[in-house]
Amino acid sequence: MAVADRREFLQHAGAFLLLTGTAAAAWEHVLAGQPESAPGYDASAHWWAWIIDVERCIGCGLCVKACKEENGVSLEPSYFRTWIERYEVDPDDPDHPHVTSPNGGYDGFPESTKPGVKTFFVPKLCNQCADSPCVQVCPVGATFQTPDGVVLVDKDYCLGCRYCVQACPYGCRFIDPETHTADKCTLCYHRITKGLKPACEEVCPTGARYLGDLKNPKDPIHEYLRTHKVHVLKPQMATHPKTFYNGLDGAVR
Amino acid sequence: MPPSFRSYEHLLRLAALFAVAAALFLVLRWLLVPADYGVLGPYRLGAIAQNQARPISYAGQVACVACHTDVADARKGNAHELVSCESCHGPHAPHAADPAIAARRADPRAICAVCHVPNAGKPVGFKTVVFADHADEGPCTACHPAHAPRSW
Repeated sequence: MAVADRREFLQHAGAFLLLTGTAAAAWEHVLAGQPESAPGYDASAHWWAWIIDVERCIGCGLCVKACKEENGVSLEPSYFRTWIERYEVDPDDPDHPHVTSPNGGYDGFPESTKPGVKTFFVPKLCNQCADSPCVQVCPVGATFQTPDGVVLVDKDYCLGCRYCVQACPYGCRFIDPETHTADKCTLCYHRITKGLKPACEEVCPTGARYLGDLKNPKDPIHEYLRTHKVHVLKPQMATHPKTFYNGLDGAVR
Repeated sequence: MPPSFRSYEHLLRLAALFAVAAALFLVLRWLLVPADYGVLGPYRLGAIAQNQARPISYAGQVACVACHTDVADARKGNAHELVSCESCHGPHAPHAADPAIAARRADPRAICAVCHVPNAGKPVGFKTVVFADHADEGPCTACHPAHAPRSW
């Protein structure tokens, strides 16, 4: 009994000293034979990219709801990891589109008050830039890009200085009202590393979102990018977003 | 003859001071910087595991149809075939993990309206209906089976 206790103590102490707390927790899962909790996911074998089909979005808001549910995002308005904008573009004044997003589109959209005006929905979320301004400005290394191209936040390390929030050209970051640290779309990293779709893609009833793996030659995303005229948001910012919009109107910023 | 270099004690003191400061820096760095910082880049490796550790809410379509093959068959070839189960039924990861946990039924009217209310922004050809004009009340599914909307 005493021998077993000592062995257990040495295992725990050794794991804790060699690894940090989180890694030690993951190590416990490995010891317990639960590989899915510390999965054999090879991050360097993937490079994730979004296809957002504007022409399919119906503005139902299911993605916004699913994202908040899956990721525990505050239900208060103005905290969104993904949201939907409705553009109403007057053909006489295309440079000044009327953009609305009531509660991020969480409850859908009321009928348009501008009849005869070009109207469409644009789902927005973190663009997972290959050259992210938010990663560059973080003073403590709390925002980083994983080997599979996902920009994540280290909530334990984040100071809450808001530098990244103002650096993102797409307005995709916010300060979590509970933890007072930066928060953003993680591409549902806890799902995609287990082989699941992100929650927003899972619930989208029209297939307006598709997360593809650019490093997988068999992924349909290659065929899609070859056969569709896609565009990224704000290419002039040189952020090289990995979120490709199909059917994006020139009025969208 | 050049002047001899006799007085150098102050230089030794300075060197010792530098050595102490450097040692102090290394000790503080060792204490303050986590062991897994900088393994893959200027960030904490454990943060990736932390982001991965979150529990899931949505089980995913694959998990649903693994058991509910009858519903999957009923949906084949109709307009709702590609709509995920959890789009209407909501998150069901607990039910998928343990079927003894009851699944929730989708509201047979409100959930239809989420998609099928008219809105100018919807793509041309998307089926919409003014619910109040079409049927004042009652579940939509009385006439339109949700899993096979065109088979009625």
